[in-house]
Amino acid sequence: MTSATPPLIEARAVTKRFEKRLDLAAKAARLLGADLEDEIVHAVDAVDLQVFPGEVVGLVGESGCGKSTIGRMIAGILPPSDGEIAFDGKAMTAMSGQEKRAAALAVQMIFQDPFASLNPRMRVEEIIGEAPLVHGYVDRAGLAAYVDEIMLKVGLDPALKRRYPHQFSGGQRQRIGIARALAVKPRFLVCDEAIAALDVSIQAQVINLFMDLREEFDLTYLFISHDLSVVEHISDRIVIMYLGRVVESAPTEALFAAPKHPYTQALLAEAPRLDQRSRDFLPIKGEIPSPLHPPSGCHFHPRCPHAMEKCSAVRPMLRPQGDRWQAACHLLD
Amino acid sequence: MNSAKTAAAPPVPGQIEPLAVETPFQRFVSDFSESKLAVACFFAVVAIILLAIFAPLIAPTDPYNLALVTVADKTLAPGMVMQDGTTTLLGTDGSGRDLLSSIIYGLRISLTVGIGSAIVALAIGVVVGLVAAYAGGRIDNIIMRIVDMQLSFPAILIALVLLVTLGKGADKTLIALIVVQWAYYARTVRASAMVERRKEYVESAHCLSLSRTRILLKHLLPNVLAPIIVVGTVQTAHAISLEATLSFLGLGMEQTEPSLGSLISNGFEYIHSGHYWISVYPGVALLLTIVSINIVGDRLRDVLNPRLSK
Ligand SMILES: Nc1ncnc2c1ncn2[C@@H]1O[C@H](COP(=O)(O)OP(=O)(O)O)[C@@H](O)[C@H]1O
Ligand code: SF4
Ligand SMILES: [Mg+2]
Repeated sequence: MTSATPPLIEARAVTKRFEKRLDLAAKAARLLGADLEDEIVHAVDAVDLQVFPGEVVGLVGESGCGKSTIGRMIAGILPPSDGEIAFDGKAMTAMSGQEKRAAALAVQMIFQDPFASLNPRMRVEEIIGEAPLVHGYVDRAGLAAYVDEIMLKVGLDPALKRRYPHQFSGGQRQRIGIARALAVKPRFLVCDEAIAALDVSIQAQVINLFMDLREEFDLTYLFISHDLSVVEHISDRIVIMYLGRVVESAPTEALFAAPKHPYTQALLAEAPRLDQRSRDFLPIKGEIPSPLHPPSGCHFHPRCPHAMEKCSAVRPMLRPQGDRWQAACHLLD
Repeated sequence: MNSAKTAAAPPVPGQIEPLAVETPFQRFVSDFSESKLAVACFFAVVAIILLAIFAPLIAPTDPYNLALVTVADKTLAPGMVMQDGTTTLLGTDGSGRDLLSSIIYGLRISLTVGIGSAIVALAIGVVVGLVAAYAGGRIDNIIMRIVDMQLSFPAILIALVLLVTLGKGADKTLIALIVVQWAYYARTVRASAMVERRKEYVESAHCLSLSRTRILLKHLLPNVLAPIIVVGTVQTAHAISLEATLSFLGLGMEQTEPSLGSLISNGFEYIHSGHYWISVYPGVALLLTIVSINIVGDRLRDVLNPRLSK
């Protein structure tokens, strides 16, 4: 990376394992000879990821490849199993109370499900106003005006603030979720499939809202999607994941013009360009392997048309491939 | 339709969509009222509770004032006139007490023990269940093993053993019923809290750096309340019938504070001599109480169950 400023958000060799330990009954069964063992899902495997101030980065990969897990770790919802998340060049774990809270609040998340992401027992004004009040961004006297202002910013009528979430449409609910995040003055938003659950007609509006807010509040985004066409038009840079690892990262136009990694090439060949939307691109021959038992070496080798002997033995590392370009493939070494 | 609504560009302040502003509670009331039987039972439960609270004002006589009770009134059939001139609607028992009055007072004791034990058990179960779900790991494991163990014994057996050990009396019955019930609440609360805590609104609360206590009390608790209310109603009915069973077996309440179960038990020896009412009417009162509460509970479950609700 040539940029002089440190990344706003950085994942440093971040790993997340979900362990499903055997319970007592299963352990007893194993003693009697049953073929059972602790299951470990390698959801995210030593991922390096950087997002610079002002950037919009699209994080793309098939369902189950660990995008949400990365997003949650960056947003501080899940602790990494290994590695660390750094904010403004400083590891979150190295921060003290005050500083840590400020950094945590500066990174907010917009969720996929506009229904599960809002507390059904709270009124909109409380959903939006709770955190700024608790953290002292606003006092009780100023709260109503503060909430009104934010609702207007996201295109919601403040007159509706005494309603409950179920009284809104999906698009409006997503706006409420955005308002809730904005209320703590974040600098970075992780949008996890934030428009995937919405009607096509509304998706564009919400995308436009994100882009407007970016200008107004100087926001930096990590846009997570399983659909390349969603992030294509808004991202400065695209990061491609496969089975828990980053395989390629490059500026959007350059990536679309000449993808370097065989997986990205396959994705682009499969994904119909321009406005023929494919909701779930189903690329490439073969099944996606299970993260319970990922293939050895390069995770992509069972499906890769260029696979060599080395590919099943050695993990290819993410290496620079030119300006702001990185890829992990033995062909490119 | 929805999409058209949102498609309208940024809304103009003050221009409110014509959408009924009903709170979740209002919606709940209108859903609940769709079953007329449940509404009737709800009012029956309210009436029974009022009857129990205002027993001294409503009951025709005071069955525990020994000065007013005379054996001359012994086993009078329903409708006959007692020594003091009052008509006994449901007859009198073997000691000459007016049965209707005894039932109203007995209801009071049955409800107090039933509802009281349910409330305390609920409070314990909610705390234990929330802690288990939120702490997870080892704490969760230990708590749930205890709960499983307790629930694998029949409630009546545990209560019997406890009362045989502790002795009779209202306080001991209350303790036995609490011990028997808390685990049901703990399991229900834990199960729904496990589902809720994975939802994105809880993750969002974490992301907003809200405190654990706040997340537990303001976000999780209100959302696990619905199933607790259902379990609570059904458990109250269960506790009342359990208490009646214990008292019927002579283990629950003292004879000086007879519950409906004690009344049924007292009347039992007269049943073969034709004085059926002494046992049957307290039994009918018990049945009505339990059935009404259960129907209200069932309706609550239907209305509050998200999978069935519209
Ligand atoms: N809380 C969890 N417990 C166990 N496994 C999980 C959990 N969350 C995610 N996983 C697993 O981790 C992998 C990556 O999941 P996720 O990050 O949600 O992928 P994506 O968002 O790319 O679809 C999947 O195999 C998923 O089953
Ligand atoms: S490392 Fe080998 S298997 Fe993996 S993408 Fe490159 S060529 Fe294909
Ligand atoms: Mg996901």
